[in-house]
Amino acid sequence: MVWRPTLPTKDSARLDVRKTYKLYVGGAFPRSESGRSYVVNNARGKFLANASQASRKDARDAVVAARKAFGGWSGKTAYNRGQVLYRIAEVMEGRHEQFSAEVAAAEGLSISKARAVVDAAIDRWVWYAGWADKLAQVVGSSNPVAGPYFDFSLPEATGVVAVLAPQDSSLLGLTSVIAPAIVSGNTVVAVTSFERPLPAVTLGEVMATSDLPGGVVNILTGSASEIGPWLAGHLDVNAIDLAGVTDPEEATALEVAAAENLKRVRRPVDEDWTESPGLSRLTQYLELKTVWHPIGV
Amino acid sequence: MTTTDTGVDSLADVTSSEDRLRRFLLGLPGVDQVGAEARAATLSTRSIKTTAKAYALDLAIQMIDLTTLEGQDTPGKVRALCSKAKRPDPADPTAPQVAAVCVYPDLVATAKYELRGSGINVASVATAFPSGRSSLAIKVQDTQDAVAAGADEVDMVIDRGAFLSGRYGLVFDEIAAIREAAGDAHLKVILETGELVTYDNVRRASWLAMLAGADFIKTSTGKVSPAATLPVTLVMLEAVRDYHEATGLHIGVKPAGGIRTAKDAIKYLVTVNETAGPDWLDPELFRFGASSLLNDLLMQRTKLATGNYPGPDYFTLD
Repeated sequence: MVWRPTLPTKDSARLDVRKTYKLYVGGAFPRSESGRSYVVNNARGKFLANASQASRKDARDAVVAARKAFGGWSGKTAYNRGQVLYRIAEVMEGRHEQFSAEVAAAEGLSISKARAVVDAAIDRWVWYAGWADKLAQVVGSSNPVAGPYFDFSLPEATGVVAVLAPQDSSLLGLTSVIAPAIVSGNTVVAVTSFERPLPAVTLGEVMATSDLPGGVVNILTGSASEIGPWLAGHLDVNAIDLAGVTDPEEATALEVAAAENLKRVRRPVDEDWTESPGLSRLTQYLELKTVWHPIGV
Repeated sequence: MTTTDTGVDSLADVTSSEDRLRRFLLGLPGVDQVGAEARAATLSTRSIKTTAKAYALDLAIQMIDLTTLEGQDTPGKVRALCSKAKRPDPADPTAPQVAAVCVYPDLVATAKYELRGSGINVASVATAFPSGRSSLAIKVQDTQDAVAAGADEVDMVIDRGAFLSGRYGLVFDEIAAIREAAGDAHLKVILETGELVTYDNVRRASWLAMLAGADFIKTSTGKVSPAATLPVTLVMLEAVRDYHEATGLHIGVKPAGGIRTAKDAIKYLVTVNETAGPDWLDPELFRFGASSLLNDLLMQRTKLATGNYPGPDYFTLD
């Protein structure tokens, strides 16, 4: 039996139990502070659901939640973070049919193609989970110096990363921008695809039930053009990924706003989310800490 | 509610004997608990924006008693707090000063020295704070020490044990004795509402403190949970309003403990304005006992000024 999204069925005697699509902030599922919602249609323009339309204040609350979660999450062992990411993949597997149906409806794919996309998204979580305890060996180094010291460099998380998720790829794209940020200990405030937000809400539900501490990932459905400038200008955000920004002028404006507190900015480029992602996103949100340690004393 | 029907024309009389005092306090009308809580909840839904918000933020900063009451307080910590009191936001000289710095008696001299010439008061807790479990002689001595060290304001605690067991005369005499020992210093009487259990008791304790000579009534020590809540503050504001109606005197109110966000502070200001009236929107008559509140007010202030949300990294840790 294929799971279907919350479309009303005509011939059923049973009343529909429709899902309320809400935000995911600080481990809870609030509605937008603004009280707004907007209509989400499927790829053919038919009504799917109403989603919460996040406001700047929701973004502010999400940053507070992300900052609060940062100490605990970045302080966990890399091994533990890897386990939690793997757990997300496990729980997604159990909701495979639901994700497939949502992705199919959102992106206009056949159900078999949508299943392949969900497979790829789950595999991506597993792929990044594996990197958790290998990152330091690959990115870090011990450095030769002209003195009686060990000198080594270690990668550490940057802090709160704002993510404007891809507009087209509602699940695989979203996964591909969130996972590389949190695997190294960052916390994330993600603004989803505006027209295809439903798989992201379900991903939030998966995260809430997979040992990921509340606040590590916060998911806002709504308009990146509206919320993006507030996140870019927010002084408690340390990095911003502009993956979902399609207008070059908007991207420039966001980058200018982000310069206020020298955020790390990832510019939008055309990306094929089905390709192996490589390490560039993963290493974008790291700070390299170099330590001198005397020897031979 | 009004208290004129409780024989307020003979207010001088009610303190003439313990029996009359008890009859007066027990004769105060009861507080409608559901009503008080609903009223407080309604008032906290008011939306305060733009220029009104800017005004409220600055007013709230000026009303803060910047407080540190920890066993681990050091002179260095108090000096840092005093610098912050004088110039809350080093990046913005337009940010106003706070009203007072509140410390333990042994640190009054340090605070007094740091704040000389700034116009900021030094408040000291006294009378075996926070429990108040000590003899009257020691409480009086504690108060005199604080005043001698230069405290402009004394925050005393009432004997909750005596109050709850109905020995109102004892509590009254103690407040009166401390009032005398405090001399010219402003006397704030801490009711510790978290231990008084009912709103009726809060109303009685408020009247008792005002009759005994308090300049301010204060909710809590900050050491007991729950500390200040909006309904409790509402009941106390009603008491000072009624006392003003009966006597013409203005008594201040100070909620302390648990007020951490600018949003909370603004809810309190709305309640003050709607309950006691605009006269009380003044640091002379309303204070916040708080420490972390100040940073949140400054952050909101910065947001209004710059348009960007600031982060805690840009303000001091204290």
